[in-house]
Amino acid sequence: MTIRTEQIGTTLVVKLSGEIDQSCAGEIRSDIDRQLQLCPIKNLILDFAKVSFMDSSGIGMILGRYKQIKARNGTIMIIRAQPQVDRILELSGLKKIIDCG
Amino acid sequence: MENYMKLQFPAKARNEAFARAAAGAFAAQLDPTCEELADIKTAVSEAVTNAIVHGYAKKSGQVEMVCKIVQEEFIVIIEDSGEGIENIPLAMQPLYSTVPGEERSGMGFTVMESFMDTLDVDSAPGKGTTITMTKRIGQDRYGS
Repeated sequence: MTIRTEQIGTTLVVKLSGEIDQSCAGEIRSDIDRQLQLCPIKNLILDFAKVSFMDSSGIGMILGRYKQIKARNGTIMIIRAQPQVDRILELSGLKKIIDCG
Repeated sequence: MENYMKLQFPAKARNEAFARAAAGAFAAQLDPTCEELADIKTAVSEAVTNAIVHGYAKKSGQVEMVCKIVQEEFIVIIEDSGEGIENIPLAMQPLYSTVPGEERSGMGFTVMESFMDTLDVDSAPGKGTTITMTKRIGQDRYGS
């Protein structure tokens, strides 16, 4: 799992690649949260183009960031989710509250 | 076709990727679709995560995984000798989690149930948990 972040104005773009499970969900969470604390960020875009696998550990991680962005009156978006990731986003109900592209 | 394999590994988070890849590689003998394979890997990941996070609560222990192929059916059994589950119906409820502080989604059993054909949870407090899941491969090919 690798994480690359880029800030464009008040939007943080997080490009994830690899597999997301319990072993790395905590690392992604603290990486994003560090940026949220340091910078005046309002919106968050999670780019899943290179994520080949995600289990429900990723759902917990996304929900946690969703709450933080909501508290800032910002918008969170998930883009380019692959079929396996898309299925779990759908099942979890996250697609009902987050724009998934 | 009848075949089986058995793996044992320590309850370490980094073994989750190994376990789901191994289960997927074994299931490949049944010539599953990409979606069927992804379903198996996701369900196995959830069950192994449960064993590591809840069964052993990050303490050391062993997880055992048995995969079987009986005709067109893939069977996976994931067993730990950890804490066990006191109330199985409650644990299986969507969004229920015993560790809310860690941002767990409580979706593990829901994912297993949705992505596999059958799910059976056998557990006793102090004795451990055994999760058995089955999935018939090629349902689309032959009609269900």
